[in-house]
Amino acid sequence: MLVFERRREPSRFWTAITPILAVLITLIAGGILFATLGKDPLEAIKTIFWAPLFDPDLSAYARPQILVKAAPLVLIAIGLSIGFKANIWNIGAEGQYIMGAILGGGVALAFYPLEAWWIFPLMIVSGIAGGIAWAMIPALLKVKFRTNEILVSLMLVYVSEHFLASVSLGLLRNPDGVGFPGSRNLQHYASASNAELFAGTGIHLGVIVAFVSIFALYGLIRFHRLGFQIRVTGQSIRISRFAGVNPNLMIIFCLAAGGGLAGLAGIFELSGPAGRLSIDFNVGYGFTAIIVAFLGRLNPFGIALAALLMSLTYIGGDLAQFMLNLPAAAIQALQGMLLFFLLSMDFLSQYRIRIKHWASG
Amino acid sequence: MTSKTFKGFAILASLILTFGLAQAEPKKVGFIYVGPVGDFGWSYEHDQGRLAVEEAFGDQVETSYVESVPEGADAERVLTQMALAGNELIFTTSFGYMDPTINVAAKFPDVKFEHATGYKRADNVSTYSARFYEGRAVIGHIAGKMTKTNQIGYIASFPIPEVIRGINSAYIHAKKANPDVEFKIVWVFTWFDPAKEADAAQTLIEQGVDVIMQHTDSTAPMTIAEEKGIFAFGQASDMMEFGPTARLSSIIDNWAPYYVARTQALVDGAWESVDTWDGISTGMVEIGEFSDRIPENVRADAQAMSDAISNGSYHPFTGPINRQDGSAWLGDGEIADDGTLLGMNFYVEGISGSIPN
Repeated sequence: MLVFERRREPSRFWTAITPILAVLITLIAGGILFATLGKDPLEAIKTIFWAPLFDPDLSAYARPQILVKAAPLVLIAIGLSIGFKANIWNIGAEGQYIMGAILGGGVALAFYPLEAWWIFPLMIVSGIAGGIAWAMIPALLKVKFRTNEILVSLMLVYVSEHFLASVSLGLLRNPDGVGFPGSRNLQHYASASNAELFAGTGIHLGVIVAFVSIFALYGLIRFHRLGFQIRVTGQSIRISRFAGVNPNLMIIFCLAAGGGLAGLAGIFELSGPAGRLSIDFNVGYGFTAIIVAFLGRLNPFGIALAALLMSLTYIGGDLAQFMLNLPAAAIQALQGMLLFFLLSMDFLSQYRIRIKHWASG
Repeated sequence: MTSKTFKGFAILASLILTFGLAQAEPKKVGFIYVGPVGDFGWSYEHDQGRLAVEEAFGDQVETSYVESVPEGADAERVLTQMALAGNELIFTTSFGYMDPTINVAAKFPDVKFEHATGYKRADNVSTYSARFYEGRAVIGHIAGKMTKTNQIGYIASFPIPEVIRGINSAYIHAKKANPDVEFKIVWVFTWFDPAKEADAAQTLIEQGVDVIMQHTDSTAPMTIAEEKGIFAFGQASDMMEFGPTARLSSIIDNWAPYYVARTQALVDGAWESVDTWDGISTGMVEIGEFSDRIPENVRADAQAMSDAISNGSYHPFTGPINRQDGSAWLGDGEIADDGTLLGMNFYVEGISGSIPN
């Protein structure tokens, strides 16, 4: 019979090889899926993974778009990974992302049509503040009443979605929008526009900040005392006390980090690629970022790679839809397979598989 | 790890793959949908229009689509990619695609765009929409005649002019058919969410409603109506198979003639930016077949109303009509102008409750 034995330390060999193995298995399984849908599997896989990067007509636009799509995922996942390392489970980044966009966008629109240099920084700071404020609800409830932050932060996502619908239809509705819901387009408000930095690429300030945040987290975890305290808290709250950690402050810090970066991602997205606050402004980055954080093994560079991989499948998936008429559901299934195989292969680096004979008599 | 893997794979793939044969260049026409094509409602009907284009032009035209595209940044990226891939005409089939369509159209002046239900146009951007309120007048009349409890349920998506106009039109004609009628309106804040729509239908039925109208895209309310033995109407598509006994009639969005005509204009090199708002008369709004469960005389009345709207002798918003607060909107015999209808943000007199915001 097969027995799984936990390795004392994760196997170096398997840790290095599993992601490649997982991608290969996904390609095979995905190929079979596409073949059963009557599509040429090689063509489909080529369109999803190769065309955005190397197609002569499309890659010039698609390459920077991969970064643009990955940026909010990186920002949010970096923030969440801090909490996850300390065993603090903020599942509500989607809500903090929304509230960052609402507060940041609301502050900017309050000054419309005034043009001034300070509106943009004020809007960004308000975005961060919006995310932090929303994350403080589960943080303070946990500190005060020991409530479960998983439930509270998740439930607040739904509250924030209703709030988003409400301001899109009321407070922030574009007065020149002929009664349609949705705010003014910040792309058309120079002082608040997070415009592209290099013409034709779509790369905006948020992409740069996301890139910086990767190194900032690496520095924090590696070189700062706080990084050590976060890791210790993750192992045991009791031990962390001996290391001089105040658990309550740690809860507040971790949720603030996740909420602040989610809020930042929200305001960058609103003032840049999205432009308008509308009822369906949020598209699930806050939830996808949780997957990205774990796919990247809570390591900042791993998170960056995971976000790029997810982003590639989104953009390649769009191409496969209109170039090969693949249904959207098939693309989602492929993304699901990729995550499933990556996580299940991870098992191999943690466990050894042994064949054991039945003990006789 | 990933970039290396992909590079390796890319080399492998390029070695293995042989490229497709170049053919005589067909015109490429693209579509983006907000929902899945399998919603049997809004996006489904747009895709039926796309298939009609395929059928009409054969090898002359090649169509493609992307489904379930969120409105906003993703839409802009998908549209740009479709333009880069050589689509010459692109239909963007949801209101929220308006700003992305305008942005991408500015970058690709040679590509033509057709945006559904919006109000921003450009030299290469047309807009089109359907006068669904004409259909709602007809089914409102039927609903008013068919209800026994005098309670009609209305599942509404978002409080935008399009939806409010539909509620008003349905209410005015249900009330004319049956002065005791009351409307119960539930706002679900989604276009497509079968679970929420089913919940809304359940709630309405518990409140004593025996006819349900919907302005959302899934077939869930129809299925619930069938289960509970009450009446409902197909929305966007006919939905007959989802409620064979519950379904009284339906409002069908028929985009096919418009899509074929616009593609023809592209092929002929005669495409120009236009603003289209068509109804029953051109077939953009179709009334689905009347169920046998509707009494003969009601069917005849509904048909007569549909014909009158079609030939222009009757407009569903003909005065006297007051606003909800009792103030006068349309005088006796006065007909609403399109501007007011397009921006409609008030209920007419008699509807209870307020429009949420």
